[in-house]
Amino acid sequence: MYKDYLQVKGRIFDIQKYSVHDGPGIRTIVFLKGCPLRCKWCCNPESQSGKIQTMIVNGEEKVMGRDVTVEEVMEEVMRDVAHYRRSGGGLTLSGGECLMQPEFASALLQAAKDMGISTAIETTSFANFPMIEDKILPFVDTYMMDIKHMNPAKHKLFTGQSNEKILTNAKRIAERKGENLIIRTPVVPTFNDTPEEILAISQFARSLPGVKQHHLLPYHRLGSDKYEGLGRDYLLSHIEPPSNEKMEELLTVAKTTGLHVQIGG
Amino acid sequence: MKKFYDGDIAKSPRIQKLYDHLFEKMPEIEADRAVILTRVYKETEGEPIITRRAKAFKAICEELPITIRPNELIVGSNTKSPRSCQVFPEYSFDWVEAEFDTVETRTADPFHISEEAKQALHEAYKYWGGKTTSELATSYMEPETLMAMKHNIFTPGNYFYNGIGHFTVKYWEVLELGYEGIIAKAQAELDKLDIGDGDYGKRAAFLRAAIMSCQAAIDYAKRYALLALEEAQKETDPTRKMELLKIAENCARVPAKPATSFYEACQSFWFVQMLLQTESSGHSISPGRFDQYMYPYYKKDMDEGKITREQAQELIDCIWIKLNDLNKVRDAASAEGFAGYSLFQNLIVGGQDKEGNDVTNDLSFMCIEASMHTMLPAPSLSVRVWNKTPDELLIKAATLTRTGIGLPAYYNDEVIIPAMMSRGVSLEDARSYNIIGCVEPSTPGKTDGWHDAAFFNMCRPLEMVFCNGYELGEQVGPRTGEVSEFKTFEQFYDAYKTQMNYFIKLMVNADNAIDIAHAERCPLPYQSSMIDDCLARGKSLQEGGAVYNFTGPQGFGIANMTDSLYAIKTLVYEEKKLTIEELKEALDYNYGQGFGTTKAQEVTTEIAKQLTAAGQKVGAEEIAMIYKQVMEDSKNHPKKARFEEIRAMIDTVPKYGNDNDVVDMFARDVAYTYTKPLLGYKNPRGGIYQAGLYPVSANVPLGAQTGATPDGRLANTPVADGVGPVANKDILGPTATANSVAKLDHGIASNGTLFNQKFHPSALSGMEGLQKFTSYLRAYFDQKGMHVQFNVVSRELLLDAQAHPENYKTLCVRVAGYSALFTTLSKSLQDDIINRTTQGF
Repeated sequence: MYKDYLQVKGRIFDIQKYSVHDGPGIRTIVFLKGCPLRCKWCCNPESQSGKIQTMIVNGEEKVMGRDVTVEEVMEEVMRDVAHYRRSGGGLTLSGGECLMQPEFASALLQAAKDMGISTAIETTSFANFPMIEDKILPFVDTYMMDIKHMNPAKHKLFTGQSNEKILTNAKRIAERKGENLIIRTPVVPTFNDTPEEILAISQFARSLPGVKQHHLLPYHRLGSDKYEGLGRDYLLSHIEPPSNEKMEELLTVAKTTGLHVQIGG
Repeated sequence: MKKFYDGDIAKSPRIQKLYDHLFEKMPEIEADRAVILTRVYKETEGEPIITRRAKAFKAICEELPITIRPNELIVGSNTKSPRSCQVFPEYSFDWVEAEFDTVETRTADPFHISEEAKQALHEAYKYWGGKTTSELATSYMEPETLMAMKHNIFTPGNYFYNGIGHFTVKYWEVLELGYEGIIAKAQAELDKLDIGDGDYGKRAAFLRAAIMSCQAAIDYAKRYALLALEEAQKETDPTRKMELLKIAENCARVPAKPATSFYEACQSFWFVQMLLQTESSGHSISPGRFDQYMYPYYKKDMDEGKITREQAQELIDCIWIKLNDLNKVRDAASAEGFAGYSLFQNLIVGGQDKEGNDVTNDLSFMCIEASMHTMLPAPSLSVRVWNKTPDELLIKAATLTRTGIGLPAYYNDEVIIPAMMSRGVSLEDARSYNIIGCVEPSTPGKTDGWHDAAFFNMCRPLEMVFCNGYELGEQVGPRTGEVSEFKTFEQFYDAYKTQMNYFIKLMVNADNAIDIAHAERCPLPYQSSMIDDCLARGKSLQEGGAVYNFTGPQGFGIANMTDSLYAIKTLVYEEKKLTIEELKEALDYNYGQGFGTTKAQEVTTEIAKQLTAAGQKVGAEEIAMIYKQVMEDSKNHPKKARFEEIRAMIDTVPKYGNDNDVVDMFARDVAYTYTKPLLGYKNPRGGIYQAGLYPVSANVPLGAQTGATPDGRLANTPVADGVGPVANKDILGPTATANSVAKLDHGIASNGTLFNQKFHPSALSGMEGLQKFTSYLRAYFDQKGMHVQFNVVSRELLLDAQAHPENYKTLCVRVAGYSALFTTLSKSLQDDIINRTTQGF
């Protein structure tokens, strides 16, 4: 079956199989390169620039980013079809911000749907809504969207962008596909780890029509070596990951909204 | 409504007490059986061997010390001390005596032996010179076979030095008819014979021996009835007194008569299981489909309200403890290959009946529960999986997997049934299969499968290609030509196949020689009375009495050979980045790390020869000095840097285990170099050979005897385990690994394949984790994988257990086709387990 969209090209920096903590079933995550945000805690700093870069990994130079067609990606993704079939899993697009490459992301999602596997995206949704509505929503089964903070100024300080567009898009997406929307929040000490801040996000999530789930993802440092590999400074080196007790406390607070809240994806 | 109960059942406090008693002290070697056996053999010289075996078994049943351990509900122990063993001089004995003083301190599976036992065995052993199966087997082997074994190409050590085992008897028939019923069957066969028949003498002798053996089992149980009665009279605790009286009642009735309750069925089962392991030293005597043949007794008692689910669970748990009470001492080398005191008593639940219905029941779940209660290596618990297996059973099984105990192992009906049928097994019999030992499918009560007939190291024939069959001063393999003469990869690969075919034939010669020796010297009437069609044919299992006869030796090292041959194909013949001579040199010098042990020996021997020729006296001391010097010099070869560069180059070639079709299909073909040639051979029992692909734990000790291989593996390090990729060479996660392994032709390896996967505990957390895990399992099986087993422990925990064994006495992990207590394993095997790739971070 030949489809035009199979030849659409895009830029990715990784494909990760056997993801069992992000979305239903056993999934393969395709990481698209390029992001409009610059979150200080970002664990994939090589994802931020849309350009192909060189990163030092374990003392060796490694090229980050490659241009591929949808067909090439799907060939890789469909290798695990036996596992999707049994688990209800499939393709997850992540990044970077996958919506920075709308044609490519859309084509990938369509291809996955046509091949009968489940689709999911992880996104901040810092993008134009008509594009999301037109190219993404029709093809997504699980829409995992980050809401990092309710305060625009603090959001801008830590991510480089204000949150207004994100919050507006969240409402619009929920209006169209709220039952498929999961709100996720990275819990980052010094940024948003107080009960008040988390509760505010959870209450916002509660206000979105159809939304039932809010996931709290504890900040981790697994990406800190990559900053060095890219010749950048890691700005959060003084920050400790939140303790289990802290996460439990935030969980309890968020649950007061009546949403299903969980730690981890 | 559900057809089964899948909830948790409380653990009786008794089980912990039995467990504690089991591990109170180090296992012992006891001499009683060997002493009785030797006496009877002396008394019966000149009589038919089958009669002598029956008389010996009778005397053992009458005289072996019996004991009821504290708190037991199920009784019957063939040793005075828990977890101890008898010895079996009829198979081999000299190694036991040679290891009298080291067996207590060796790293793998140590045993205590008392001075009295040493003395008694020393006396008994005087009789056995020239009379054992191993000596007779040797005399049936060709010189080139013995040479190949000396050079560690393959080892049939298991059956060469021990009994065969590896079968499942008709437990259900003993439960239904009792031994009195089986005796009646044998008597009916005897009555049918005509004294004038040509084979009358042999058949009659066999049938009489079978009857005598069944009667011996009845009498053995009656001794326990009396002992229980005596102990009951002395017992002051009224509860225990009642228990002992009940035990006396049970043992007076079974296994002589049909079981009338679940408790009697359990006791009857146990006598069969332990006496089988007293008749012979064969291991892998597998209870098989326990949940099926025990179910009618459980259901009847439950329906009639005679037993509670908790009581039934306690009895099953008691049997689980008893299975760990049996033990076997092996020679030091074999102990490394079967490390962990394991007897491989495989017990399987779930699956389908002979008509193709799913037969999962309460007991299937309770068997899994019993392993959670006891957390011990035995039984080797297995689960049959097919498309109609209820998800609940897999979730329950996954819950056990998550404990990290390495149990259960999972088997795929959808591959195994057609594989067995391709070997002449009927559809009904194939559907009824259970697993023997590690991973070997077999029809219970009808098969003599010789499932573990030899280990064949697929790396060694490749070494033979590089040395043109000549090693340590001897022409071991065929002359396939100097490697420099091979101009294409096909020529090289053909040479490998020639070496493989040659050594496979010699392995068959070795196995068949051993087979004949067992038939002539150790036919076993007791076990034969419980396997079709021995009674009707009037001959023992060892003489071909079973309906299905196989010999299943297993090859291992597929991953290393795939990666090796693929690297040669790519780097030498396609990309021409190095020459085959260069590679040969790099292998000899172990990639710049200095010679492997074999190469060092070879060079040392050569130097010693030259010195002797020059008139110098070269003694052991000089040879040790030369060896040391040779080793030292080889580490500083001028081309050391190039050797290291070659190894780095090899590292960049794609490897098996990453879902790469080209490499994986190549692996399929490499596996055929072992599985296909074997199919042409026959055994003396009228059966055929069938290949297995698994090393038990022999990949570690046999890897230690293997030089560097062209996949970058260093000399004397472990070979890859099972059919899985080389450790840490599969870098794309568990789905890619499983997809790769499933691309092998598992069906042709009808004696079983073994796939070890190691998961980090986080991958199985929560109900969602369990569900994803079972999906993964089903997806592997959808792609026609045959078997998979899991170790779910973190690397950190294993490292800590290695450093502080005192804190981890009960840590049970998966080794190969079985689990074992981690701290009882040798350091090198522990390292191997730690280094297997961990998936699912």
